[in-house]
Amino acid sequence: MPEQRAALISQFFAAMPHYKALQMKLEEIGNGIAEISMPYDEKFIGDPQTGVISGGAVSALMDTSSGAAVMCHPTATISTATLGLRIDYMRAATPGQKITARAECFHVTRSVAFVRATAFDEDRDHPVASATGTFTIERAKGKTA
Amino acid sequence: MKKAIKRSKPEPVQVIKHRRDAALKSLVSAVPYIQFLGVEFDRRGDELTAILPYQEMLIGNPVIPALHGGATSAFMEITAVIGLSWSMLWDHIEDGVENADVMPRLPKTIDFTVDYLRSGLPRDAYARAFVNRSGRRYASVHVEAWQDNRQRIYAQATGHFLMPQSNE
Repeated sequence: MPEQRAALISQFFAAMPHYKALQMKLEEIGNGIAEISMPYDEKFIGDPQTGVISGGAVSALMDTSSGAAVMCHPTATISTATLGLRIDYMRAATPGQKITARAECFHVTRSVAFVRATAFDEDRDHPVASATGTFTIERAKGKTA
Repeated sequence: MKKAIKRSKPEPVQVIKHRRDAALKSLVSAVPYIQFLGVEFDRRGDELTAILPYQEMLIGNPVIPALHGGATSAFMEITAVIGLSWSMLWDHIEDGVENADVMPRLPKTIDFTVDYLRSGLPRDAYARAFVNRSGRRYASVHVEAWQDNRQRIYAQATGHFLMPQSNE
């Protein structure tokens, strides 16, 4: 992927208010694959009795990394929106650990991008959650895939 | 055939309202992420409406501008978890058994599927949860979210939840 495009995408995220509010960080981007992390913060706790991060925060992270994967796909576009997203929560994320979501945009048509994503804490062998999503493709007029 | 039951005098409305509101408050205020997003709940009898007051930090696309899909999805998941817990608690609250200071265990999300119908506008959003099935171990909950017009939902979601077990 051209460095220019990667820079443009990281600029777009740096200016995104919800991305900043959740303290997300772009770890990797290129050719339809994106990895974004989110630190452990007590503000993000969903279960006060265990200190486990809210499913909602994990889903925001998965949605963001999936969108980034679409934006960096070679045949996709710079602008996209989520159509549908399904998340399976396999286990509780370990309190105190950073969560990282890795998304892959594995297929793109003229108007739809298909993505799968996996979220991990520091134990990379046992995913916390997995997701599949569909995203819109906003093409410039007259430009086709 | 009506049974002859000796009815005690109904409780004063303020007592009932206070007990219901205290139970709801203890449920909602204990969860940091609900406070972080600023989600509030409006209660009319047993019906809850979740409110996501607009804040700039909820924006995902500053160009349009539109709410972040993740903010909408988190808002609906909160609505589902609280709605499900509330429906479990309701009978206890009505019996006057529930101690409002004791926070019950929350259901755990197994899966959650979100359907984005329209982009979220930079203004308040509302949502209601419908518990379609609630068993001893599993529950299925549907959520509808809207903004200005109740008839025009901008997102909907369905999820499965693992019910808290008393022996846990």
